Amino acid sequence: MCFTRISTFLTAILIWIAVPASGFDIEVRQVFPAKSETAQLNIISTADLGAFRPIILKFQAQNPGVTVDYTIASSTELMKAIYQENARFDLAISSAMDLQTKIANDGLAKTFTSQQTDDLPDWAKWRNQVFAFTQEPAVLVVSDAFFPTDNTPASRDELIELLRENPERFLGRAGTYDVRTSGLGYLFATQDSRSSESFWRLTEIMGRLDSKLYCCSSQMISDVASGKLAFAYNVLGSYAASRLPYTKGFRIVELEDFLSVMLRTVLIPTNAENDGTARLMVNFLVTLNEKPELVRASGLPPISDAELQSNNALRPIRLGPGLLVFLDRLKRENFISSWANSIEQD
Amino acid sequence: MKGLVAKGSIRRRLVFQLAAVAALLSVAFFLLVREVAERAAEQTQDNILASSATAIADAMYTDRGQVTLELPYSAISMLGAINQDRVFYRVVVSGKTLTGYDDLPIPSEQTIRSGNIFSTYFYRREDVRSVTVFRSITVGNRPQQVVISVAQTQLGLAAISTRITSTATAIAVGFFLVATALSLFAAQAALLPLNRMTQAVARRGPNDLRPVIADTPTELIPLVEALNKFIERLQSTLQRSEELIAEAAHRIRTPLATVRTQAEITHRRLNKPEHKQAIREMIRAVDESSRSAGQLLDHAMVTFRADSLEKAPVDLARLLDETCDRLAPTAELKDIDIIRDIPDQPLTIIGDRILLQSALRNMLDNAIKYSPEDSQISVTASSDQGYRLEIRDMGRGFTGTEINNLTGRYSRGSNVSDIVGSGLGLTIADEVARSHGGALEISKNNEGAGACVSLAFPHS
Repeated sequence: MCFTRISTFLTAILIWIAVPASGFDIEVRQVFPAKSETAQLNIISTADLGAFRPIILKFQAQNPGVTVDYTIASSTELMKAIYQENARFDLAISSAMDLQTKIANDGLAKTFTSQQTDDLPDWAKWRNQVFAFTQEPAVLVVSDAFFPTDNTPASRDELIELLRENPERFLGRAGTYDVRTSGLGYLFATQDSRSSESFWRLTEIMGRLDSKLYCCSSQMISDVASGKLAFAYNVLGSYAASRLPYTKGFRIVELEDFLSVMLRTVLIPTNAENDGTARLMVNFLVTLNEKPELVRASGLPPISDAELQSNNALRPIRLGPGLLVFLDRLKRENFISSWANSIEQD
Repeated sequence: MKGLVAKGSIRRRLVFQLAAVAALLSVAFFLLVREVAERAAEQTQDNILASSATAIADAMYTDRGQVTLELPYSAISMLGAINQDRVFYRVVVSGKTLTGYDDLPIPSEQTIRSGNIFSTYFYRREDVRSVTVFRSITVGNRPQQVVISVAQTQLGLAAISTRITSTATAIAVGFFLVATALSLFAAQAALLPLNRMTQAVARRGPNDLRPVIADTPTELIPLVEALNKFIERLQSTLQRSEELIAEAAHRIRTPLATVRTQAEITHRRLNKPEHKQAIREMIRAVDESSRSAGQLLDHAMVTFRADSLEKAPVDLARLLDETCDRLAPTAELKDIDIIRDIPDQPLTIIGDRILLQSALRNMLDNAIKYSPEDSQISVTASSDQGYRLEIRDMGRGFTGTEINNLTGRYSRGSNVSDIVGSGLGLTIADEVARSHGGALEISKNNEGAGACVSLAFPHS
């Protein structure tokens, strides 16, 4: 996504690692060395560097002695890393709320409380082990070419009606996550299915329209912007928003019936070695809402109870054992087969 | 009373015992509340676990000859609704794990029953509470045994327990403090009748030997009865001895009068001066004995009558006048001049005429007795601040230190050992004065040698 952006930070070292012998795959690893190192912080994260570099640099500005070793991996590989004895990370940052919950439920996260974590709303933390620091809704991204500004569907029912009335216009022009390959797509889809029956009707109709399935938000946004797709459903709002300034041709629609909100979470694994710096970083992240310049730079919307109060369509995905349900092997098989039957109707 | 060493205090013992009972009750209350509340909390967790497991059991179905499960969202999420505990589940079909944590312990085949089985054990670094339910699902005529176990850590329970414990502690401590304060109050209140009785007894005059009749609580009745019996015995003893004294005095006086008459007759018949002198000595001794007997009689009478004082108007001025008249012959024998300064208007008090008369007579008699021959005694009555009857003589007076002791029975001035006397005169006057709410005052005569003895009464 943002790898192409050239780092202006000269001291940063970019290391590519192919397949490590330790048994989990990583995408990128970058070390942000301190000028005179007194402490270390090893982070494994699903967030790309574009979003996290400003955060790390600001954190280092406040804590000059800390060298940050930032490793990017997919959420499943991150999970593998945490369950491995010899892979020692001090922080696990992931958008996969279900997997983070499972790590804590399996007893692999450390309990931590501070003034900053106490200030978090109850829905933004679990067991004082999993702490949310962003709230990112799943949005509808529409192409300017297909939707005139005065005619945008406001809810799932309106979208369904539009697709029913104009099947030829949207044939092959709709896109969404392939829940079989995308963990985030699966999370959004399962939460949608809990929130409303309209999810299944939408999936059904999108299947009839021969919708395209994607692994990632970025590709969906690109295709909508270029006009290849008329719309993409359940795109991560924060990514879409970060693309808006320099990609033309698409709009973000926040549906009025409900918006599943993904919470990006951080936890300290039980085998973390640098607890002290890990705690500093947790406190730094959960107070992201007090750092507006960092919110702009990272494109990560911070936790805000006030925003939740003002927009009652926002439904933050609830941390807790409920998330374990869709990780159940049989449940997942059933859900995916139902979903596949709906979306692929050939 | 001196000499009584306090051994323990009823009040303190009462307070300590009540406080000990309160402490015991507080502890019992604390344990009871905690026990009941924790049972209730545990029961709540058990109920939720059981409904979770039942919901899972109800979602079991057969699909293409296989027992399978559509895990209901609410079955697991309900466990997260009340607390933030870790949740584990396992579904076993005919001995094989269908889904869930495959290392979660389940009861062995032998214990499989129809009811729910609850247990607590250590799993994945924490104590967990678990419930196991059993179902039998028939697949193609073959019953398959399904075992569903749901477990949850007890963090929430521990939090509830901590909260209950602190609440129960606060209540128990509060209860103890209130109970202790109340026990202090109760002890005070319980001892109130005793204090009242003590005051009633302590307030009594030295001669007050009436039985105690104050309001008496049941518990003190034996003590008060014993005390009253003791008083009664004391009173009868005193009475007997007074009677004895009166009787003795009376019996002495009558023969003495005869002896005196006979002696006077003999005196007249005798011619030899040394014989006459001897008889005069004898008469004087007889007089003295008769006077002492009279005083003993007076004293016994005062003691009796003081307890049941006759109340009638008495004119102190006339009474004093009469006393002077009566004792004038005795004074004349020693050439003593009684100078009276008694107002004409009456000085009336309510009192016992006989007693007052006796007191005045004894005072004047004393003055005459201790006055030298050919001297003066001044008798004054005044009514400036209360009534004051004053008798001054020119005798030897009293030394300063003994003044306070003179009113004691049989005590006499240290400088009068050469004069026969009983020492009862001032005692009688003092007792009469006090029984009338007045006082006997003894001082040196301001106008030269001698004593000044006065009776003072408040205006009635």
